[in-house]
This record gives sequence, C-alpha cells and structure tokens, in this order.
Amino acid sequence: MAVAETQIEKRKEIGWLERWLGHDTYRTVKGMATNPISVIGLVLLAFFILVALLAPVLAPVQPGGDPYRIPRDGYGSVPEPPGTPWESRQPPIPFWWSWVMPEEYHDQWIHIMGTASGQWDIYYGVVWGTRTALEVGLQITFVGALVGVTLGAISAYYGGAVDMVIMRIADIFLAFPFTLAAMTLSAVLTPVLGKGLVPPKIALMAFGWTGFARLLRSDILSVREREYVLAARVVGVKDARILFRHILPNAIFPTLVLGSMRIGSYVITFAALSFLGIGAEVGYADWGQLLSFARAWMTNLGTYWYIVIYPGVALVLFVLAWNLVGDALRDVLDPRLQGSR
Amino acid sequence: MLNYIIRRLLLVPLLLFGVTVLIFAMLQALTPVERSALYVRDIPRNDRVLDGIIRRYGLDQPIHVQYWKWLTGTVDPQSGERVGGVLRGDFGYSRTASQPVADMLAHRFPATLEMALLAVIPVVAGGIVLGVIGAVNHNKPLDHIVRIFGIVGWSLPDFVFGLLLLMAFYAGTGWFPPGRISDWANQVIASDAFRSYTQLITVDALLNLRFDIFWDALRHLIMPVITLAYLWWALTLRVTRSSMLETLRQDYITTARAKGLAEGVVIRRHALPNALMPVITLGGGTIVGLLSGVVIVETVFNYPGIGSAAANAAVNLDVITVLSFVLLNGFVLVMANLIVDVLYAYIDPRVRLD
Repeated sequence: MAVAETQIEKRKEIGWLERWLGHDTYRTVKGMATNPISVIGLVLLAFFILVALLAPVLAPVQPGGDPYRIPRDGYGSVPEPPGTPWESRQPPIPFWWSWVMPEEYHDQWIHIMGTASGQWDIYYGVVWGTRTALEVGLQITFVGALVGVTLGAISAYYGGAVDMVIMRIADIFLAFPFTLAAMTLSAVLTPVLGKGLVPPKIALMAFGWTGFARLLRSDILSVREREYVLAARVVGVKDARILFRHILPNAIFPTLVLGSMRIGSYVITFAALSFLGIGAEVGYADWGQLLSFARAWMTNLGTYWYIVIYPGVALVLFVLAWNLVGDALRDVLDPRLQGSR
Repeated sequence: MLNYIIRRLLLVPLLLFGVTVLIFAMLQALTPVERSALYVRDIPRNDRVLDGIIRRYGLDQPIHVQYWKWLTGTVDPQSGERVGGVLRGDFGYSRTASQPVADMLAHRFPATLEMALLAVIPVVAGGIVLGVIGAVNHNKPLDHIVRIFGIVGWSLPDFVFGLLLLMAFYAGTGWFPPGRISDWANQVIASDAFRSYTQLITVDALLNLRFDIFWDALRHLIMPVITLAYLWWALTLRVTRSSMLETLRQDYITTARAKGLAEGVVIRRHALPNALMPVITLGGGTIVGLLSGVVIVETVFNYPGIGSAAANAAVNLDVITVLSFVLLNGFVLVMANLIVDVLYAYIDPRVRLD
C-alpha cells in the first residue's frame, strides 16, 4: 500500500522539463547533471568553449592580421619567461588589461605565459589553439563518424557479400596502428596539398571511420532481429525507411558515446603529429605545435618549463573533459555498466 | 581447432595483401621521381637522367605492373642484377638515414626491442596485479585510486607525459638522461674488450659483467619505458579490474569459498585464470600499441630506435622509409591478432573455433 502511494507521488512529480524533453532524454539530461564526474567534464568543456568564443577579446590581434598566426616579439632564439614585456611589434592591448593591472602597467602588454624560441608568444598560441583543438576534434569526429555510420549501416543492413567486403576493408585499415597510419598518410599528402592542417585532418578521417562502422554494424545486427522491425517489414515499409526510422534511432546511442570519447583521442593524435612537425606549420596557433618548441630545450626544461606546462595542461584538460563527458554519458545511457569499470 | 588455425593462416596473406595494396596506393601519391628511391640511392638532379631512371624501373607503367615490381623487384637492364622487391626484403633507399631501409631497420631494431620488452614488465606486473588488488578491494579507497588512474592515464598524451618526466627527473637533477647510453659507455661497448651477444645493451652488459654499463643503460631506459607503458598499463589495469569483479560474482567462486578454500587460493586458482581472458584479447593490441608508441616516445627521449627514424623520415617527407615501417607494423599486428585468437581458444574451452 505504502509502496503504491509513493509511486503515485512520483508520477505526479513529472515536471515541465520532463514533459518537454520526453522521458528518455530527460533521464539522460538528469543523469548527466547529477553525476559529479560528468559535471566536472561539462564545466571544463564549457570553459574551453568560452575561451574559444572569447579568443578575440582575450588575445586581440592586429586588425586584418591572421589570428591563427601567433604574434612574435622579434626573432631571438632563447625563450623568455612569463611576465616579460612586449618589445617590438606589440599586438593591441585588450581592454580588460587596465582592469586587472595596476596603473603603471596600463600601456605595457606583457608575455603572460612567456615566449618560445623564436619569440612566439605562448599565451596567444594557447588561447587561439583552443579554437584549433575544438575545430580539429569536432570536424574529424563528425566526418569519421558520418563515413563509419554510413558504411556500418549499409554493411549490417544488406549483409552477405556487401558486409563481407566492407568489413574486410575495415580490417585492412585496422591493420595500421592509428597514430602511425595518420602520420604516414599526412606525410604522403603534405607534398600534394601543402603543409598545414588539411593533410593530418584528412589522414585522421581516413583511418578514423573503422571503429564507428564496426560498432554500429554490431548494434544494428542485434536491433534488426527485434519484432518491430519484422512488423514494419511485414507491413511493407521500404528498406530505407526501416533503416532510418526504425533501426538507426535504436542502435545509434553507443556510436554517439564512442564519438564523444573519440574527440579527445583525435585531438591527442593531431597534437602528436604537430609535435613531430608533421601537422601545423611553425607559428600556427596549435597546442601540439607549441609543445614541439620544447624539443629544442630537452636538457633545460627546468628553466623553460613554461613551454611545456601551459600548452600541455591545456591539452590534458581538454582531452580529460571529453573523456569524462563520454564516460558519464556511457554510464547514463547504459546503466548496466555502472561501477563496473 | 586445427582447421580454424589453418583457415586463419590462410587469411593472413589475404590481409597482408590488402595492407600492401593500401601502402602501394599511398605510394602513388608521390611523383615517379620520388618513387625512384625504391630502386636507386642517389636521385640525380639532371632531368634526362631522371627520365632514364623512371623508364628503366618502369615507374611510368600501369599500376598493376608497378605493384608487382614493387613486390618482387625488377631486373636492372645495365648490371643485370635484381633490385627492389619488398618480398625480397628490399624496401628501397632511406634518404633520411642515408642507407637502405632494410639495413636501417635491422641496425636500429635492437634498441627498440630492448625498450618494448622492458615496457611489457610494468604492463603485466603493474596492470594485472594492481587490477586484481583493485577488484578484491572493491569500492575501498585503493579501488578509487585505481579508477582515477585509469581515466587520467587515458587523457594524458604520451609526449606531454614524457616531457613532464624529463622536466622532473632530468632538468636540475640529471638523474635519468635522454638518449640510449652515455658517451663513455658507448666507447667501452665499441671496444674489442666488450663482446656483443644480443645487441640489447642491458643484457650484453650483464653477460660481460659490466654492471656500470648495465646501470647506465638502465638509467637511460627507465623514463622512456614508463612513458611507453603507462597508457597500456592503465588500460590493462582497467580491463583486469572489471573482468575480475565480474568473475568474483560467479557461482563457482561461491562454491569454492563454500567448500572452505582459503581466499588466496580461490582468487589465484579459480578466479584469476578466468578473469584473464579479456586481458589476453587486449594483449595483441598492447604489442602493437607499444610498437607504434615508440615513434613518439623515442622522439621525445632522443632514443635511437626505429621509431625515431620513422618520425624523422615522416617530417622530412621520406615516405619510402615511413611506409616500410608501417608495413612492418601491419605485419606484426596481423600476426599478433592471430596468436591472440588461437591462444584464446586454447585457454578457454568454451570458445569453439570452427
């Protein structure tokens, strides 16, 4: 009796939000908002998005200049520590500078995070690099997932020879370790397309689709056997409609989780390529490219710690944010997994 | 069982064929001039000579002909000797290493092998042992530390981790230097008094009873090994932990406890062998992960193995060298997966392979 009453109580409590979002989405949103791990991840993520949006305010560049080109203060080869004043070719001082600094510094813009060898300003690189990281992570994941989902869906739905061919092609792509494959393909593409972000992006997309294709395929294979799909077929619904309206919406969630977890690893791989000197060109606002300056100072990293710490911490927190969100999303969407990992 | 192994072995050449086709396809993005590095050492600047080379090695012929030549080599019309041919172990000439790719790989491989072998120790010992400890102490503080280590480890890029290690343990203190060996030790190794048995410096030093050299080599190896291993260490730990948790809930564990076996025996004899199944699956990935991880790790620590050579080649657009390295990796991966599958079926009688 008491149990039944509380259940009735609960049912009454369905709020406007739940009615508006629908039960399942509401459960997901609620799970994400109450799980401390995902809250930390979401806050971190919001912070990075804010920095990316406010980049022109946080680190203004000369009007008409390319913002992704890090401004440099001369050509000296020795890095300067944080707090060193700008000496030549100083970019405009942001308006908030006079709010946070005492009177005598109002006309003096400094290297907040120091400079790397060649006097590239690390602060500008870190701030604008946030945009690069977001852009790279989202673009690669989106295209990789789109290709993977398409091929996975075709493979699972038609089965037989089509499935066989697509999956063997995926096997061949998987026979290359990911970082290495990306490195190789961008090295091959660079002479053709020129140095820059495009070759590594294409390389990561070209080798990134396999995980999505395999996962979606196996999920579709299990959904395909459900009664409602059979029912739709009996009624005479067309193939494409069954696939897009009945099967995909029920099989896509694990793929979405995989996508959120992959963003982090794509950003890592991209940064690793830049670090090796394959991706972004020298002076481009990209965290991996900034970190590659440290390679020249391997023996005195104690003195020039700021070359590693600032871009390194930005990269780690960015990846951590996506991983925490993906991790929590997985727990929320699949309650069976809770606490098992 | 035997049938399955044979069928899988038959699939291996097919997969390797696919791998070579993909690599060859990437080669096609290069100009014929760049591709001539497959056959000649010095690419001449003179246009007419270049055209001669392209014609002589058939670099302008249809793709399937070129592919066959790339695989099996081609006969040089002037000297009459056979050059090139991946199947013959001739991968072409490495511009960045200034020697044939095969020689470069053979010359630098021992250094990489030494590092990868040492990296297996923390992965197996640390990952599996800590994973079991985490599972047995489920939801106690120790377990939470293990979980946090898992997530953070997954988010920490290896090159950032390596740079942080260098900052902490080399800058200032000079404890663990980059490189493979100190100069003084290198001179000893090059001298006649020091006999090389395996090319692995740590092993050779022990066999020669030179403990000072052993210590020097180890000092250089510790940080790259940790950097290379921690990712797989964290992953192995996570998989072992969750698999062990799952196993400890099984009925036969309750039975074993009910019949009065000591807890240690239950865990070691009854739970662990069954819990290790997924870890074995991970093993193939770990081997390949270690081998491809050396590209970054060797670059960070200035370690003269095949990984840093591949990275250097990639930066200098020496694609012939990079592709050979990738081919080697693809081969290792295909073989590792085969071994894992067979091992899996051998250990777990429930898995029927047919």
